[in-house]
This record gives sequence, C-alpha cells and structure tokens, in this order.
Amino acid sequence: MTKYILTYIICCPLLAALILLFIPRNFRFVIRNLALLATAISALFALKMFFFDFTTGFPGRQLQHKVEWIGSLGINYHVAVDGLNVGLILMGAIVAFAAAAVSREINKYEKEFYVLLLVMTGGILGAFASYDLFFFYFFHELALVPTFIMIGLWGRGENKNYATFQITIYLSLGALLALVGLIALYLQLPPDSRTFNIAELTNYFSKNPMNVNAQNLIFPLLLFGFGILVSLWPFHTWAPLGYGSAPTATAMLHAGVLKKFGLYGLIRIALPLMPEAAQSWLHIIAVLCLGNIVYVGWVAMRQRDLNMLIGNSSVAHMGFCFLGIASLSLIGITGTVVVMVAHGFLAALSFALSGYIREQTNTLDMNKMSGLLRPMPFVGATLVMAAMAGCGLPGFANFAGEMMVLFGSWKGAFHTSGAAINWIVVAAVWGALVIGALYMLRAVRNILHGPVSAEFANVKDAGSRSIHGFAWWPKLPYVLLVGALLLFGFAPRLLTDKIKPSVDVLLDTAFGKPIQESATAQVAVEKP
Amino acid sequence: MNFSLISLEIAVVILALGVLLGDLWTPAQHKRKLGYAAAAGLLLIFIFSIFARKELFPSGGTEILADYAFGKMFVVDGLATFFKQFFILAALFVIIMAAEFADRIKTGIAEFYSLILMALAGMLFASSANDFVLVFVALELITITFYILNSFQRNRISSLEAGIKYLILGAVSTAFFVFGLAFVFGISGTTNFSELHSLLSTNPVLGTQPLFLAGLFFIFVGLAFKLAAFPMQVWAPDVYQGSPAPATAFLAVGSKAAGIVLLLRVLFIAVPQVALEWTNLLIGIAAITILYGNLCAIPQRNLKRLMGYSSIANAGYLLLGFAALTRTGSSAVLYYLAGYLFTVIAAFTVIVLVTRQQDSDDITVLAGLGRRSPFLAAALTLAMVSLAGIPPLAGFFGKFLLLKAVVEQGASNTAYYVLVGVAIAGVVMSLYYYFGVIRAIYWSRDPNDLSPIAISIPTRLSLGVCMAGMLYLGVNPEPAIQLTKAAVKVLNIGI
Repeated sequence: MTKYILTYIICCPLLAALILLFIPRNFRFVIRNLALLATAISALFALKMFFFDFTTGFPGRQLQHKVEWIGSLGINYHVAVDGLNVGLILMGAIVAFAAAAVSREINKYEKEFYVLLLVMTGGILGAFASYDLFFFYFFHELALVPTFIMIGLWGRGENKNYATFQITIYLSLGALLALVGLIALYLQLPPDSRTFNIAELTNYFSKNPMNVNAQNLIFPLLLFGFGILVSLWPFHTWAPLGYGSAPTATAMLHAGVLKKFGLYGLIRIALPLMPEAAQSWLHIIAVLCLGNIVYVGWVAMRQRDLNMLIGNSSVAHMGFCFLGIASLSLIGITGTVVVMVAHGFLAALSFALSGYIREQTNTLDMNKMSGLLRPMPFVGATLVMAAMAGCGLPGFANFAGEMMVLFGSWKGAFHTSGAAINWIVVAAVWGALVIGALYMLRAVRNILHGPVSAEFANVKDAGSRSIHGFAWWPKLPYVLLVGALLLFGFAPRLLTDKIKPSVDVLLDTAFGKPIQESATAQVAVEKP
Repeated sequence: MNFSLISLEIAVVILALGVLLGDLWTPAQHKRKLGYAAAAGLLLIFIFSIFARKELFPSGGTEILADYAFGKMFVVDGLATFFKQFFILAALFVIIMAAEFADRIKTGIAEFYSLILMALAGMLFASSANDFVLVFVALELITITFYILNSFQRNRISSLEAGIKYLILGAVSTAFFVFGLAFVFGISGTTNFSELHSLLSTNPVLGTQPLFLAGLFFIFVGLAFKLAAFPMQVWAPDVYQGSPAPATAFLAVGSKAAGIVLLLRVLFIAVPQVALEWTNLLIGIAAITILYGNLCAIPQRNLKRLMGYSSIANAGYLLLGFAALTRTGSSAVLYYLAGYLFTVIAAFTVIVLVTRQQDSDDITVLAGLGRRSPFLAAALTLAMVSLAGIPPLAGFFGKFLLLKAVVEQGASNTAYYVLVGVAIAGVVMSLYYYFGVIRAIYWSRDPNDLSPIAISIPTRLSLGVCMAGMLYLGVNPEPAIQLTKAAVKVLNIGI
C-alpha cells in the first residue's frame, strides 16, 4: 500500500478515464460520480501520503517506485517524493477533486469532459511525482493537451477560439523549449552513462560540475521554456485571456496546479544542475519578476471582468515565486514552494467562485454586479476570504509563503559575497503588495457590497435548498479549499518542516557552503 | 544465384499479375473485392517476411549481415528487411483504402490494385539497391507507376492535372538523377555502392573532385523529388490535391520512404566520406524544407493540399536525422517513418470515407464528423495529434528521437542549434493547422449533413491497427527502437 502509493495516486484518475471511455454517454450520473470518486480516492491517498507515509525531516527521496521503460535510452518510470513535491501533489489531488465537484455546469459532451479532466489530473500528479526527465515532460504534456481541448470545446466568451489557439501555441512553444533544454541536459553526460533520471543527473553534476558555457546555453532554455509555462513577464499574455475563456474546472487545474510545473522544474532541475548559470541569470529573473508583480498587478487594477482580474492576479503572484527562486536562499526557496502550494489552493478557489457567480448571474462584469453578498452569503464570504488570502493576510497560507520569500530576497539583496538581487527590486516588491490589496478590495466592494440590483435579487447561494436539494455537498469544494488555505496558514510548519531539509540539500549540492551557512543563520533567526 | 533473396519481390509481382488475371474472371460488381484478395495476399507476404527476417537475424539483429545477389547489385541486410516490411504494410493499408475508394474509379479498379502492387515491387527493389543502376530501375518502376495512379480518375480534370504535373517534375528529377549518375560513373568508373565506398576510402582525392561532387549533388536532387524535400518540393501540394486519395496516401508514405531508403544507401553506404562533409548543406535543406512546408500549410483549406504541405514539412523533419550524420539520427529517421506510416494512412483513410458523398476535399466536409462517426473522428484526431508531435503518440517520440540526435551533434557545429530552433518553430506553426483540422471536426457550426458514415470491416480493422500502432509506438517504443537500431547497423557512419 505505502510502497506504491504514488503510483496509486497517479493511476487512479487515469484508470478511471479509461473505464469512462467504455461507459455509454447517457449514463450521466455514473460518469460524473465515477470521476468524483476517482479524484476523491486520489486525494485521500495523497492526504495519507502527506500526513502519515511521508517522513518529515528526511531530505531525500521517499516512497520510490521504479520500473524500467526504455532501457536503451535510460528512461524509467520513476516516481518519488521529497519535501519539494509532497505538498504540490497533495494540493494537486485536492484541487482535482474540487474541480471535478464544481463541474456541474458542463452540459454537453459530459463524458469527454470528465475523461479529459481525469487525464489532466493524472498527468499533473505524474509530472510532479516523476524523477525521470522524460516522464516529467511526458506527464506534463499529457496534462497540457486536455487543457487546450477543454478550452476549445467547453470554453466561453467570444474570444474562445482565439484564446484556444493562443494558449496552445504559446504553451507548446514553452514546452518545446524546455524539452530541448532537457535533451541538451541529458546529452551533457558521457555517452555510456546517459540517463534521464533526475537523481542520478544531480549526483553526477554535483561531482563533475557542468561546463559553464553549456550551463549558460541550457539554463536560459529552461528558464524561458518553463517561464512561458509559468507566465513569466513578458510571456504572460496567454494567461488572463486563456483562464477567462476556460471552463471553471480547467482554469482551476491549470492556474492552480499545472502552472506550478514550470517553477517546480526550475527548482528541481535548473538550480541544482546549473548553479553558476543560475547565479549569473538571477538578476534577469529578479527584473522579470518585477514585471509580474508590479506591471501585471497594475494591469489587474484596470480589469472590469472578474475572471480577467483573477487571471492577472494569478500571474502577479507567480512573480513572488520567481523572486524566491532568484534569492537562491534557503528561506526564499522554501517560501517559493509554500507560495506554490498556497497559490494553488487560492487560484482554484477563486476560479471556482467566479465560475459559480457567472453561472448564477451570467456576467462577470464587476461594474454590473453589486450587493451579491446578500443573496449568496456563503459564496460571498468565501470570496472575501479568497480576496484576503490574495492580499496576503496573516492566517492564510499565502502570507506565510510570501513573507518567507520577501525575507529571503531581502537577505539576498544584502548578500555581500557572490550574486545578489538589487535591493531596489526588493523594495519595489514590498511596495507592490499595496497594489494587490487595492484591486482585491475594490473587487470585493464592487461585487459584494452596495445595493442589490433587481436582476440579481433571485440568484441562489451554493448549497441552497432550492437548487441543490441538500445543503452541504455543493459547499464542500469551497470549504475544502478555504480549509486548506487556513490550515497551512495557521500551521505553515506542516509544509516548511517537510520542504526545508530538501531545499537545504539542494542548495548544498548546488552552491556548497558559503550561501548555505548564511541561509541557515537566517532560518535560525526565523525559528520561533 | 540465390533466388530466395528476391522471394518477396517475386511474390509481389506474381500477386500483381494474379490480380490482373483475376480481373478477367471476376464479374463487374465483385471487382472491388479483388482488393481484399490482394490485401490478404499481402498479409501472407508480410507474415512470410517476418519469418524471412528471423532467418536473416537468428540472434535478433545484433550482428551485421548482408547477402548479395546479381553481382552485388542487390543486397538483403537489416535496412532492406526493415523497409521491405514497411512497404508491404503500407501497400496493404493502401489497397484496403483503394477498395473503399473503388466506387469513385469508373473503370479498371483491378488495374488500380495491380499498379499499387507494381509500385510496391519497385519499392522493394529500391530498399535492396546496392547499385546506381538498380536504383534507377527501381525509381523508374515506382515513378512511372505513380504517373498512372495519379491520373487514374480520368473523368476528373484535377486528377489528370496531377498526373501531368507529376510527370513533368518527375521527368526533370529523373534527368537530374541520370545526369549526376553519368558524372559519378565517369569519374569513379563504378556504379556499385560497395565498390564506390572502398574506392573513396583508398583514394580520398576522389571525394574532392568537383565533377564527382556535382554528380552526387544532382543525384541528391533527384532523390529529394521522392521525399518532397527542398529543392524538389513544389509538386507535392498540387499532386496530393488532385490524385485519387489512395494514390496520394501511397505517395506520402511509400514513395517518400523509398526516397529515404535510397538516400540512406547513397549517402551513408556508398559515399559516407562525402556525406560527412555535407553537414551545412543537409542542415540548410532540412531547415528550408521544414519552414516551407509549415509556413505554406497554415492558410490551406483543402485537406489533401494541407496534407501535401504537411508531407513537405515531415520530409524536413526526416532530413533532421540525415543532417545529424550519425546512426542515432538514421535510426530516429526509421522510427519516425514507422510512426508516420500509421498516422498518414489513418488520416487518408478517414479522408477517403468522409469525402465519399461530397465531391470536395475542403476542410468543411469534416463538420459534424464528431457526431456522424465518433470512430472516424477519433482516428483523424489521433492522426493530427500524432503529426503535431504530442505525447503519448508515435509522432512525439519520433520527433523526440530526431531532436535528440540533432542536439547531440550541437557541440560539433553550432548550425545544429539553429536547425533545432527552426524545427521547434516548425512544430509550433504546425500546431495551428493540425488543430485547425481537429477544430473542424468538433467545433464547426451547424453542419448540414449529419448522416452516419458506414465503415466496412476491413477498413475498420485497418484504422484500428493504425490507431493501435500510433499509440503503441508512443507508449512502448523500446522494441521499435531496437529494430531501427539493428536496421541502421549497416550504415558506414559513426554511432
């Protein structure tokens, strides 16, 4: 059970997708509930893995499962967890369940929708669990392609077709750039010992550091390839429009989970294997992440459509992750991983809520909406919580993560030896926090407060008896996501205690002692 | 004289003649079924070829073996057996497709089958050619058969136009080939690949003679015609559009693969010393072919024409493996071709079925296919997704292997990185038009025809095999990789 738990988590949705293919399309009840069941089982396994099977404090790989696949190329199915991905897998599995649960809005081609949703879920979870570069990419593509199809088929808005093509071409370009980088990485090994195994690669390059020229060639490929996938400024334009056009579940899974793949790839692969290049590129990352946080935050302020606002704000939040990576410090990168997990829950929650509001009001124009808190108290209150989490209010997981990122980068800015982030960048980011609070609060005011306009007087709250029959079930996905945000907000050590040892080892193998020591000192200060 | 070496060729020619003879005793309404008989015959030959392969490689392809016949003109080695099986399989699918197409060919469907088999015989000889003379004969057998196949719908102007265009450009390319051959023979005094190879290794000066190089370049241009690669790519869209769909499919798969095997033999068995100096030339041609095919495919609205440009783009991807100048690259080429076989056959089979009622190849005929026949829609979608190079399908793994082979060489010549960049740009562009086809299947508004499409059992089987093949090559590539690696062992280039 415990031994293959990761494989169970990944295969559960994929298996269910396969079964769904053979169920006639008019068995709607069976199709929907099978999808729910599969994601629920996967999420329960993930919970069990996170809280019981994972040995906290152990920095290396755990719960490994390895099967040889293509011997001649050194490609194996190899899944494992350590501190970096354990939280992401948990978050992915929970978000997938929530996404399946809110997909009631789908009313055509239901079978295909749930098949794609399950394939996407399996792909996402597999991508985060894989310790093999090839599968890492393979699973990611497996998750990416359903995204395109779902936006194209079930998307909404008049820009749907344009958005579909834009997101397809943009993200495929990013994925292909990353693929070339990964192949180049593989080819840096001597011919007889070539492998796609990330652990073996890390081992090899920690003993025989890669040629600096090769690093400076491969690192940008990965940085921009993954960067496009994470919507790094100025390659972010696909994100708001794509999420605005996507069906709710797709936006939740993509913005919440799949997008973190690029960040995860940078931390897992680019940093430890190419430390010199990482140091020389960190200034560029720092400037670009400023574009995310300040510029896209500014853009978000001008939005009148709730989905566009959430889409832009999710791009802006990615800036914090890049800043944490650029800090190259223990606390900064630990914070990045926490932000990744927290933002996953938050983005999923926001898109789920906006999806529900749109379903009820048929509009997402914030100028038209007002006073919605009265007819829908539950959804309204959850939206307020999501907005607060988005501003980084203490008590939500985002606060913990963003705080750590800012501490890490502040420390990084005044680092005397080696690379350091310009302190102006850090100051700008601190300042930009205000922008986030501004647009979030304004959205809350416009949508929820004020007089209830007549056309919205009859909208129904989630779980209200008149539309759903019984009350708690439709609220469950929102409660789960808010609950997760609060849980990790009040007890961030559930995450940080797992993440920190792994990041510690990662930085140690990459940069050796100097940065490492100062980082530990920093943490010692932070410890309560 | 070892006749068992050409047993496959003999069997195919006998089958072709048998179909012609059978035509005499078959009543008109049953002539279409002759195709199924021919397909069954090909299936037997294919099964036989598997045993023949086992005989050649008792230990599974770890050794380099080559049997010669006809004064070393004809060789049976790993490469030849791989391609022979490839061609037989392709012809098998194409004949089933032709049987489905039969009602659109007014007279002479039996001749149509028989000509496909004749072209197959030419391809089988081409895959074993070890001498420029045999190359020329095999090429002519293939090309002349295709002149007829392409213009077989005599009542359609566009089909005749396709035949004439193919004839004119084919004649030009043949002229190039023979012209080049004359130079090569004049300078070296031999047309045999083995002799040419040993001549070049004992006398390196030969490889620098301008006339010899010019001759080789002309031969390369002649073969590029078969591949639909730059500079001989212009014919492809027009001919693909006008020809009967089964002929187009065979052109896309069989004829292209014949070009590939001949190019492999000429460049890497006969004159590897020269080919290794042609890095920049091959890189340039691959890059231009990829860009030309993909850029021109973007605005296309005609399905067959789109496939024509896509075929040019794919010729470019195949040339990536040549440009790598390694056996890894060549084995990637073979792998890509194997995936391409299933993909293109699936696409054209669906096109044949969908365009049966409407006399149009416009992309709008796909409207509503998702509801008319989910099976056909799924087959065409898989084919497009595989062509676009998306996992877990064959096309992805093929492109992966090709890119890997090219990146591997990056250290020796920075132009390879440019080539990788071009290839990636090409793949991204191709997403647009391949997804355009998928969009036409599922997304198009108010389709006017929603009648279900009847699919015969052999066609259903062949589509099923194609879909399984695409998935299998993508999900479990190891056996096929080993097969292609064994096949390219005979090439005289580095690993």
